[in-house]
Amino acid sequence: MNKPIKQHLIDPEICIRCYTCEMTCPVEAIVHNDDNVVVDADKCNFCMDCIPVCPTGSIDEWRVVAEPYSVDEQFDWMELPEQQDLGASEADTGMEALDDAMAQLLADAHKGAGGKAKAPATAAKPSINMHTLGKPATAKVQGNYRLTNDPAHDVRHIILDFGGTPMPVLEGQSIGVIPPGTDENGNPHLPRLYSISSPRDGERPNYNNLSLTVKREEMGLCSNYVCDLKQGDEVQVTGPFGATFLMPDDPEARLLMICTGTGSAPMRAFTMRRQRTTGGKSGGMTMFFGARTEKSLPYFGPLKKVPTSLLDQHLVYSREGTKQYVQDVMREEEDKVAELLNDPKTHIYICGLRGMEEGVELAFTNIAESIGQQWTALRDAMREEGRYHVETY
Amino acid sequence: MLDLINVSYDTQIPNNVGLSSDKKVLKALERWHPGYINWWNDLIPQNFQESMVYLRTAVSVDPKGWAKFDYVKMPEYRWGVLLAPQVEDRRIPMGEHAGELAWQEVPGEYRNMLKRLIVIQGDTEPGSVEQQRFLGLTAPSLYDMRNLFQVNVEEGRHLWAMVYLLFKYFGKDGREEADDLLRRSSGSDEAPRMLGAFNEETPDWLSFFMFTYFTDRDGKMQLESLAQSGFDPLSRTCRFMLTEEAHHMFVGETGVGRTIQATCDAMKKAGITDPYNINKIRDLGVIDLPTIQKKLNLHYTLSLDLFGQEVSTNAANAFNSGIKGRYMETRIDDDHKLQDATYTVRTVKNGLIVAEEVPALTAINMRLRDDYVRDAAGGVGRWNKLIEKSGIDFELTLPHEAFHRQIGVFAAIKADPEGNIISNDEWAKRRDEWLPSKADGDYIQSLMKPCYEPGQYASWISPPKVGIDNKPGDFEYVKLHMA
Repeated sequence: MNKPIKQHLIDPEICIRCYTCEMTCPVEAIVHNDDNVVVDADKCNFCMDCIPVCPTGSIDEWRVVAEPYSVDEQFDWMELPEQQDLGASEADTGMEALDDAMAQLLADAHKGAGGKAKAPATAAKPSINMHTLGKPATAKVQGNYRLTNDPAHDVRHIILDFGGTPMPVLEGQSIGVIPPGTDENGNPHLPRLYSISSPRDGERPNYNNLSLTVKREEMGLCSNYVCDLKQGDEVQVTGPFGATFLMPDDPEARLLMICTGTGSAPMRAFTMRRQRTTGGKSGGMTMFFGARTEKSLPYFGPLKKVPTSLLDQHLVYSREGTKQYVQDVMREEEDKVAELLNDPKTHIYICGLRGMEEGVELAFTNIAESIGQQWTALRDAMREEGRYHVETY
Repeated sequence: MLDLINVSYDTQIPNNVGLSSDKKVLKALERWHPGYINWWNDLIPQNFQESMVYLRTAVSVDPKGWAKFDYVKMPEYRWGVLLAPQVEDRRIPMGEHAGELAWQEVPGEYRNMLKRLIVIQGDTEPGSVEQQRFLGLTAPSLYDMRNLFQVNVEEGRHLWAMVYLLFKYFGKDGREEADDLLRRSSGSDEAPRMLGAFNEETPDWLSFFMFTYFTDRDGKMQLESLAQSGFDPLSRTCRFMLTEEAHHMFVGETGVGRTIQATCDAMKKAGITDPYNINKIRDLGVIDLPTIQKKLNLHYTLSLDLFGQEVSTNAANAFNSGIKGRYMETRIDDDHKLQDATYTVRTVKNGLIVAEEVPALTAINMRLRDDYVRDAAGGVGRWNKLIEKSGIDFELTLPHEAFHRQIGVFAAIKADPEGNIISNDEWAKRRDEWLPSKADGDYIQSLMKPCYEPGQYASWISPPKVGIDNKPGDFEYVKLHMA
């Protein structure tokens, strides 16, 4: 059986047949007859140009299907079909990727949340799996910048430009990078997942580019490939992936972000999104960011310029100064964290090396206890409400 | 409040026409703008001017840029001058110049004709805002109030679009015409709006929805035909305006649909199956379907009148000279010159309605009207589906084109909605069966009570299926300023 694909549909009960989408579509994927306006799955390339121009909202409909609905089938519809039961659907279950290998990787990364992850209630709808292993997108490297001043910890800021190829990402999503060459069995390498560190409207606003934060791993096949990329190089990319580790669109939501090393990538994206959209007024963000030393902390310079009103920062170093871990400083700031835990507007994000989970969990357990809450119950409730997110590796 | 003295016109006005380097036009706009803001401020009740409204603003013409949603006070809305991107090597699609390069400047011989078309189009835009000025006071929900104001600010932007063309391409008399657009006023005795339908008041929300569905759809058809124009700046302006006009169609279609839905739901709940049990149905605080049919009859026929005379040499000239095309001109498979073609129009001969063939060139209006009727029928079919789904035996219909007409060949006769010619006496006797009576109007008026709680709706209208910009049901679309 073919892999299920995601199909773009228009709700015939809500559409008013104004044909604005049809006139907007750059690839003529939208057609109509006397009854319905429909999207041709063979032509649609998910560029999303039709989404904002629709006056009704009928255009933002998606189904995961084994076999796409034909144009003629759609012409006959009086209403949209239900999502078929394919075992799991993105819409109903928060499926993170249609690609089994990628879904597996993400499920593994998210398992620290202690249960099935859910997206925040007000998060924007993510696009997933537009570009697959069989049909990857090609991006051009716009820049490759060293973020740390520590030879043992070479972290890079890589900017990829997608030109005319659609790559609609949300903060918190990941993309796959396919390293060139083949493995020992002669098969092409599988993509490695990297979290996007730029906001949805681009590393540079309204440019179709994004950034990654990548640490060079000794013997790491893909990380060395990425960290050595030069301006103008072309990279094969899959994705986007991820449908739960997303930020709430509600500007009043409060974000508590705990990260180490390159786990700061999604936090950077969140912060930039807030910076570009809320204009100073928001529920605020609090960050506990751990690294070995100041010199190995990615984005140390730029972070210093973010105002406290937007982002309350706690930078923590394990190899210099007072030698602390994030959980130590969380305990020091117990009152602040407790107050956040008590607020139903708070969303928690944890991202970094798997090893950080235990210490952070313990700190949360103690702080929750201090306000008479049982941590696992609180965490499970928050997760169910889409307010607790873990991505570790 | 907008700081009139410090407006930086080149940056304040989103535009893709290089306004900052076009000193002459910029200056004309600067001079015109205060009058426009005064017009706006005098128009809509003050507490709405001060309210924060969740509006869509176009800041550029690409798909990503023309639907930016945010809270804004209406007088601070950024009315822009936005033209659809220029198509390279665009050719005149019809008439004697078909195939020639589209004009980037006004051809001298067509100057007056073009100016008149632009002025008439421009005159309708502020006209409808004037007609709707008091509706905010009786909005059935904040959602609907937001939709009203969105329609209003976009009509305002369409006025800007036309005024820009007048300033840019028509010199001194263009500037005078632009001033007159602010001087005329809907329903005024001394200086009324140019077209009849824009001098009727919009007394209630069902009228507003019918107006946006039927009358704005006439506007859409006119824009469609001007979008074909050989005068490229007019074509580009109208193409972009059409994307906004789609929102007005949406407000009309869903507004009437939601009114019907509320009626059907209330009837079902009360166990009423007979749609003509009008008093019982009205006791439920909803508008009975026969009255909705009467409102439809009224607004549909007023809108048909806007297409003018069925056979018209003016329309023939506009087509032949490449100024105004047909609906979807470029998709029609003919010679686009219509020198020998004929077209069927209905007319009155010896007391009978008969079809006759006339030269297609003279029947341009008629053809556009026929396209309009087809376009308008679609939504009526979807309304009927709502009724059918509720299990009520009732069908809304578009009346015959001869019914209740003031302009064109049918103005001379009286006809019933089926198109049977009847006597003046019979018309007088039966008029209230077909068109809203004073009592119908009074009843609808009695329902027009504001409902300003987020997520709440007046009894006679059901909530929308989807929020604007995907917002949840209780989203506060207007943050009311309570003085």
